[in-house]
Amino acid sequence: MSETGIGKSVRRKEDQRFITGKGRYTDDINRPGQTHAYFLRSPHAHARINSIDLTAAKAAPGVVEIFTGADIERDGLGGLICGWTVHSKDGSPMKQGAHPILALDTVRYVGDHVAMIIAETYLAAKSAAELIDVDYEVLDASPSVATAQEAGAPQVHPEAPNNTSFDWELGNKAETEAALKAAAHVITLDLTNNRLIPNAMEPRAAIGDFDSGTGEYTLWTTSQNPHVARLVLSAFVGVAPEHKLRVIAPDVGGGFGSKIFIYAEETACAWASAKIKRPIKWVADRSEAFLSDAHGRDHVSHAELALAADGTFLGLRVKTKANLGAYLSTFSASVPTYLYGTLLSGQYNFPAVYVEVDGIFTHTAPVDAYRGAGRPEATYLVERILEIAAREIGMDPVELRRKNFIRTFPHQTPVIMNYDIGDYDAALDKALDLVDYAGFPARKAEARARGKRRGIGFSSYIEACGLAPSAAVGSLGAGVGLWESAEVQVAPTGKVEVFTGSHSHGQGHETTFAQLVCERLGVPFDDVEIIHGDTGRVQFGMGTYGSRSGAVGMSAISQALDKIEAKAKKIAAHLMEAAVEDIQLKDSVFTIAGTDKTLPWAELSLAAYTAHGFPRGEIEPGLKENAFYDPLNFTFPSGCHICEVEIDPETGTTKIANFVAVDDFGIIINPMIVEGQVHGGIAQGIGQALLEGCHYDETGQLITGSFMDYCMPRADDMPSFKLGFTKTDCPSNPMGMKGCGEAGAIASPPAVINAVTDALGIREIEMPATPARIWAALAANPIAAD
Amino acid sequence: MSVVSMTVNGKPVTGEVEGRTLLVDFLRNNLSLTGTHVGCDTSQCGACVVHMDGKAVKSCTTLALQAEGASVTTIEGLAKDGELHPVQKAFKENHGLQCGFCTPGMIMTAVDMIERMPNLDEKTVRAELEGNICRCTGYHNIVKSVLAAADEMQR
Repeated sequence: MSETGIGKSVRRKEDQRFITGKGRYTDDINRPGQTHAYFLRSPHAHARINSIDLTAAKAAPGVVEIFTGADIERDGLGGLICGWTVHSKDGSPMKQGAHPILALDTVRYVGDHVAMIIAETYLAAKSAAELIDVDYEVLDASPSVATAQEAGAPQVHPEAPNNTSFDWELGNKAETEAALKAAAHVITLDLTNNRLIPNAMEPRAAIGDFDSGTGEYTLWTTSQNPHVARLVLSAFVGVAPEHKLRVIAPDVGGGFGSKIFIYAEETACAWASAKIKRPIKWVADRSEAFLSDAHGRDHVSHAELALAADGTFLGLRVKTKANLGAYLSTFSASVPTYLYGTLLSGQYNFPAVYVEVDGIFTHTAPVDAYRGAGRPEATYLVERILEIAAREIGMDPVELRRKNFIRTFPHQTPVIMNYDIGDYDAALDKALDLVDYAGFPARKAEARARGKRRGIGFSSYIEACGLAPSAAVGSLGAGVGLWESAEVQVAPTGKVEVFTGSHSHGQGHETTFAQLVCERLGVPFDDVEIIHGDTGRVQFGMGTYGSRSGAVGMSAISQALDKIEAKAKKIAAHLMEAAVEDIQLKDSVFTIAGTDKTLPWAELSLAAYTAHGFPRGEIEPGLKENAFYDPLNFTFPSGCHICEVEIDPETGTTKIANFVAVDDFGIIINPMIVEGQVHGGIAQGIGQALLEGCHYDETGQLITGSFMDYCMPRADDMPSFKLGFTKTDCPSNPMGMKGCGEAGAIASPPAVINAVTDALGIREIEMPATPARIWAALAANPIAAD
Repeated sequence: MSVVSMTVNGKPVTGEVEGRTLLVDFLRNNLSLTGTHVGCDTSQCGACVVHMDGKAVKSCTTLALQAEGASVTTIEGLAKDGELHPVQKAFKENHGLQCGFCTPGMIMTAVDMIERMPNLDEKTVRAELEGNICRCTGYHNIVKSVLAAADEMQR
């Protein structure tokens, strides 16, 4: 095996520019004649706009132009869209109001867009915004998902009565009800999945640049999926015809879902650059990111688990209220439905599962996919109620899991998913070994001697990523296909360029994708270039989210490489005067089986372009192939995370004493990068469990609107992690890969909370389990505090 | 507008700035040194850390005029004669970065930390990184990178 092939921890190609300050993020780009935009945002969660007076602002120094919603409406642009339609129980499609780019007569959350100020400098634009006089009629707001459906609650959209966009269901209702009736034990649980703010370190940004000579628009934007942005902006919003709009997502500083979506700001920058005939740059400051990036999670659920006397699972019934925020963001409807309800069977044999989800509008920022997207919510629910069940029926939580594990594959759950492969015992065994489960009682006693409460918590998770195939997601309401495209172009000198529809914003595709090419063609690692993130260079792409770039994106590259190899062998057969079937390619040299004749890669690639003597009609000149790959199924990564915490009862502070993660991602291309993905996901999950919580007050003001108020995980909040891997090769794609990007964030929160509740001897605690909450729990439970 | 002069990455520079111009904006906009990043507006994230007269400072909370006469080093000035600084090498070798946005600030903080403190251990590194936020790595490999670089530099 080559040192840069599959399975090697090759150091990353992209690092050279990032460690020397030569990364090129959107805000690092400047266009000649560039202006700067600032968005005036609503300070109210809900208000009617009676009038907007721009007179003083337009006269302010440096102001070029100011636009409001009326200008955009006058130009005939459509609003922003949700690309996934779900249906209610009665078969009716989800209800939604208009989602204007800039507000028309109503603002619906703090941070909603009221006016776009364009000026010669950013500070001039920002200063002028203060001179805009908006006459607001402030209205009562419904900021809470728990109460927005109550009678008399202020309404977000007249089109959605009771603030309800949809009431969706999935599973076998009658069988689940019967299971609950017949059960020896029924465990009930009310739980909240706390609202989070993604906070990629690079704030969102955009540059719109219209060329009046060619009529072409170029939009640089912080996107995880530039082709999807182009499609939405052309086909639905109508900013520009698709062939006249180029979207470039250069280096992007993290996404975690929040940069999938098509937002008002980049839309306005592209549109307005043609109005003023100058480039316009907009960069969010962090406060704007807190207010206007799509948030994540925010579920309130009631769950009932039915068990037989011996602990066998009989059924699970779940009712969830999911916050959608004030508008349906690009994929928001899919997150609490098909990415959530479908995972409620977990790793377990459930004869019956039934879930109802109400999608609820509130006067808060839109809620959409954030790392894990629906699957963390499902995993948290399943793994929490299981843990509580184990404690209440007096079984070891490990044994209760084992009793109910799925062990034969493929496995059809009651909630759509057909798990293709897995080995849940193997991951649990390895995790128990890594954590030294047998030694836990001694560690707990030793901690107790120091006055600390030590607890252990498990999470045996499954997730479904690399959403596919297109026909399946289409039948569930997706407005897009979820395949991926790739082109492989071999230059005359033998250098290889790969154009991928995946987009890297930290995942290291320039390295891992090149490793695949090295493995397949044997060319040197430095002779391979991975090109992504530019609709002007890449044919098409669905982008990167839902842990799809390996399983789907690389499979597309693999398929294009199959075609390259086939054509190269055909050319080699012609040049070497042999039968195609006898040509072999190894370490970038073509040979003929049974002879010592050889043809180096670079000679073949040159011949592909000189094309001298190619038999007409049989071999076309050139060596470039493309592929559109549509997988057979989702991939189903699974594993077991175990967390040990130590809690100081005096202060309520929690220290992660030990964190073990064992994951099954199938074939791994670059272990170093995969481990990094797991580390980052776990940190976000620990953040959710212990630190992070987005709060709106009763008037809809965001009170966690900065890094001073919203507790981001810092280095000293985190432990070093112990990782392990098990492997069952995924049968649903040619690479044998499963997604690895979200597993950490999906698996870890219940492991942490199960450990915290174990340490305290309590049934429940809300996330984030802050020192204040833990201290209060101890104060209310003198036995636990003892 | 005022005139400000300083040395940046060993070169004398002069520019016109407003009183309110931040050092980070002077570096990015006047000097096109875009390796120094802005990740927040409350001096919390540390993406903007540079060295001023040998000390790590947050350039988002330093006025350009405060750097008058100072010697400033940014991420672009860390490698010498094309040779990466040991901290840069360690971040690459130990996968101490993913999206790269926090990385310049992390590296400048790490250099300062290692130069100030002999015998760094994991606990100290984690405490010293309090002012730098990373959303990608979970800090695991950043800590590993800093310890590896410290080992290399203090050998």
